[in-house]
Formats: sequence, C-alpha cells, structure tokens
Amino acid sequence: MKKYILDLQVTENLHLHENYVLLKLTQSQPLPEMHPGQFVEVRIDDSPSTFLRRPISINYVDKKKNELWLLIQLVGEGTKHLAKVKEGDIINIVLPLGNGFSIPASKESQPLLVGGGVGTAPMLFLGEHLKQQGFNPTFLLGARSAKDLLQLEEFNKLGTVYTTTEDGSAGETGYVTQHSVLQSKQFDMIYTCGPKPMMVSVAKYAKMKNIECEVSLENHMACGVGACLCCVENIKEEGNVCVCKEGPVFNIKKLLWQI
Amino acid sequence: MADLRVKINTLELANPVMTASGTFGYGVEFSDFIDLERLGGIIVKGTTLNRREGNPYPRMAETPSGMLNAVGLQNKGVDYFIEHIYPDIKNIQTNMIVNVSGSDIESYVKTAEAINELDKIPAIELNISCPNVKQGGMAFGVSAKDASEVVSAVRKVYKKTLIVKLSPNVTDIAEIAKAVEDSGADSVSLINTLLGMAIDAERRRPVLSTITGGMSGAAVKPIALRMVWQVAKAVKIPVIGLGGIMNARDAIEFMLAGATAVQIGTANFIDPTVTIKVIDGINEYLDRHGFKSVTEIIGALEC
Repeated sequence: MKKYILDLQVTENLHLHENYVLLKLTQSQPLPEMHPGQFVEVRIDDSPSTFLRRPISINYVDKKKNELWLLIQLVGEGTKHLAKVKEGDIINIVLPLGNGFSIPASKESQPLLVGGGVGTAPMLFLGEHLKQQGFNPTFLLGARSAKDLLQLEEFNKLGTVYTTTEDGSAGETGYVTQHSVLQSKQFDMIYTCGPKPMMVSVAKYAKMKNIECEVSLENHMACGVGACLCCVENIKEEGNVCVCKEGPVFNIKKLLWQI
Repeated sequence: MADLRVKINTLELANPVMTASGTFGYGVEFSDFIDLERLGGIIVKGTTLNRREGNPYPRMAETPSGMLNAVGLQNKGVDYFIEHIYPDIKNIQTNMIVNVSGSDIESYVKTAEAINELDKIPAIELNISCPNVKQGGMAFGVSAKDASEVVSAVRKVYKKTLIVKLSPNVTDIAEIAKAVEDSGADSVSLINTLLGMAIDAERRRPVLSTITGGMSGAAVKPIALRMVWQVAKAVKIPVIGLGGIMNARDAIEFMLAGATAVQIGTANFIDPTVTIKVIDGINEYLDRHGFKSVTEIIGALEC
C-alpha cells in the first residue's frame, strides 16, 4: 500500500474523557485507502520536550464524510500536546503504516474483537469493516471503570457488545478474559489489542480453544517504516522483525510469548 | 540554479546530500515519499560478515530534541545482502554506499572484499564507531592505533572509495582522523552517535535493554559541528559531516565548517522528505548569496 505524508485538517476534537480525545481529521482530496489494524505517525509540532512522531492506531475511517478518526490516550508530553489542537488546525500525518488485521476466509466465521483501554481504538474500524464484509462481529471491551469504556454507542451500531470493568461499575466485574461470553458462545476468530498482560491472557484462551488469534502490538517506535529497527519483536523462525512494518498485527502462532 | 555537484575521491555526487546509515533502511523504505534518485547518495544499513540479531527490545528512547538507539547492527549478513537486497537496489540511480561493520579485522576485511565485487556499489563506509556492540565496532574507533590497523587491512582489499565513519566518543577526534587518513582512507564521515543513557525513574530501571545507547538528533548538532570543523582542519581528504542535521541551514553550517558533503539521519524519521528539502534549501542559499557552485562554501567559515 502506498504511503503518504498528508496535512490533515482537524474537524473536531472531542474530549471523551479526562485522559482521551477523539480527533476527526479530513482533507479536500479523498483520503487514501486504509485497512483496519494499520496505524499512522503523527508529527507533534511546537512541543519542546518531544522529538519523534507518535504512532497512533486508526480508530475509524468515515468514508462518507472523508474523515479519519484517531483516539488518543494522553500518556506523555507528546499526546498531551497533540490533544490541544483545535478545529481548523493542521496536523502532519504519515499513513497508512503496517499490515493490518486479516479478514476470515469463511463468511460463516464468528469473529470476536477484544479491546482493553485505548486498545479498543482499532476494533471500531475493524468491526465496521467486518460488518461491511457480511460478518457479525462481537465486541468484548474492558476498562477500569464505566467512564473508561469509550465509544460504546459506535460499537453498538456494529454488533453485540459485552463489557467488563475492574471496579464493576459497568458490565461484568473483572478482566475481559473472565467474561462469561467466552464460555457461553463459540468464536472462531479472535482479534485483540490492549495492554500486554491482557493480550497474553486472550492469546492463552485462544490457544487453549484452538481459535485463530491476531494481536496488535504497541512496541515503541521511531521511523514507522521499517528503517530504524527500533520497534522489533522477536518472532518464530524470523528473529527480530519490525513491528511497524511486519506488524503491528501478528498471529499468535508467530510470537514467542509464553502462552 | 547553482552547481550542486561535489566529489569524494572518485565518487561523483549530484549534490552533497546523502542519507545516514541505519536511518534510511535500503532506501526503498522511503520511495513512496521521495525520488531517491535526487539524492547525492544513500548509505545503506550497517552490514556485517554474519547475520546479527541485534540487541533485545527496548532499543529506543526519546530524549529532548533527540533520541537514543541500541539497535546493535541487526542485519542478515553480507551474503544475504548480495543475494537478496543488492538486486533490488542496484538500479537506483544514485550512489548506493554500504556501511560495513565487523567484530574483528578479519570480518571487516572479508565483508569489504565481498562488497568490492559489486559493480553498482561505488564506495563503502567503514563503521569503526558503533557504540552498541560489545565486540569491535567502536572499540576500533577509539584508538588511533586500532583504527589505523583496521583501515590499512581493508584498504589492501577494497579498491573503490573508502570512507571511514568516526566515533565522537574520543578525546581527540582529529588524531583518529589523521590516523585513518594515513592508513589509506579516501574520506572520513562524522559523527556517529554519542554514547548516552536513559533511566525510567518510576521503575528504577534503564530504558534501553543495553543500558547505554547512541544519541542522535538535533541535540547533538553543536558537538558534531565542532568535531567536523576540527577534523576538516586536520586532514586533506574530504570530510562528510553528520549529526543532528534537521534542515538546509544545518547542512550549510556543516559545509561552512569544512564538510564536502553531509548525511541526514534521524531527521528522516520526523520528515521522510527532509532530504529533498535540504537539497532545495542549499540551492536557494547558494543563489541568494551569489555562489555558482556548492564547492565555494566548503570550509568558507570566516573566523
């Protein structure tokens, strides 16, 4: 897929939560084709304490409105600075980067999309894509507390949504991997993105049940295009590969995780 | 339009702007963003005799106006390069230069010998300055005697343009530069990364798996500029300047300090089109100051 460097205009900056903003971006030309699971590298302008671009997963592409959505968790100086942009501001973005999730070959497949924290972001775009392709996606979203479950309205439009919270303020209490739907329903494809311990638990479940599973990794990166070799993951047979180029999505069969 | 051509020994560059090893892959990673053939040259990823897995993750830490890396020369070895990568890059119409690294003199020599046979590789950059490998690498670049030994050995087998990349992690970089010049180097490039460190105070642990790493980016520019100036005064061979170049003005400063050409590294991560902007910016500067050739500004610093 051809990569582009674009100056995109902010159409909306929605403060979803004290720690999250949703940026909606557009340009006059149609946005390039993007695939769920891919990411972008955002330049942080005029921030004295940051230097590199920030990799952000693609949350959603609204084709009708020609909008790219980025869900941004305010983690450090870079993302906090980025969250200050206003409607009409221009953001420089390199996109689309990485491989993206694979789509099940069989139309009968029952996909489960598991997201935790900001890891729910790519699941929205993937869910919409799967629905468009005739699948019936099920979402399992986890967060600390009810207020941390983001974009539920959007997810509900795309399929059945199950939730867990650590404090029990919404959905079932506990972690996503403790949710009863994992015992009551059959799935044959699992996609996951979130904190590493969560993804490892999901991968263990998938392996035990012999279900295909893809995880989206968030290793720290610099270039985003496979040039600097900073963001590597050590995988089976191949050794260290760039998460930005060979990933960020990997089938769990390729990973050396203890699962 | 001024004349942008420069020469490094017999190597003819369409303009003085090259890309630094380890920051631009094999060039093709950036072909969606720029016309690679506009570049003066591309120094491809460090290549060693045998495959190297590099260091464990994490390998990178952001710093104010810069970054640390601890990649550790990950590459698939010179045979893989010749069989699988060279065929894909040999028709790119610019100077494709291979950065060669080793862990002992023999491995440097064997790698250089193999690359000498490749028609479309007109030069190598001998890396005696990588701070991220335990054996060799920087060890050769921090002593004039060792630097001299490895360069002399490679010179015997390598017939084309031999550039030697110097480490800034030394007391007197000009002394090392003179030693490699006397041992047959056709050019020196500097600086490689500066040895640095990052700590995660919350976890009370180092950020990098190797504890220390190589620092690059805008923050290192004043140091690099000083070293280029010192080396350019000390040697007769052409100097290639690098270290924190983010724009055309930075590149021009290196040339005024005595560099015949420059390399752009970390800046490619922030703006993948930066190299083209630097070429255009140098041209604009030359026109504005009435210079007919870029060679007129090499070492033109008045002090």
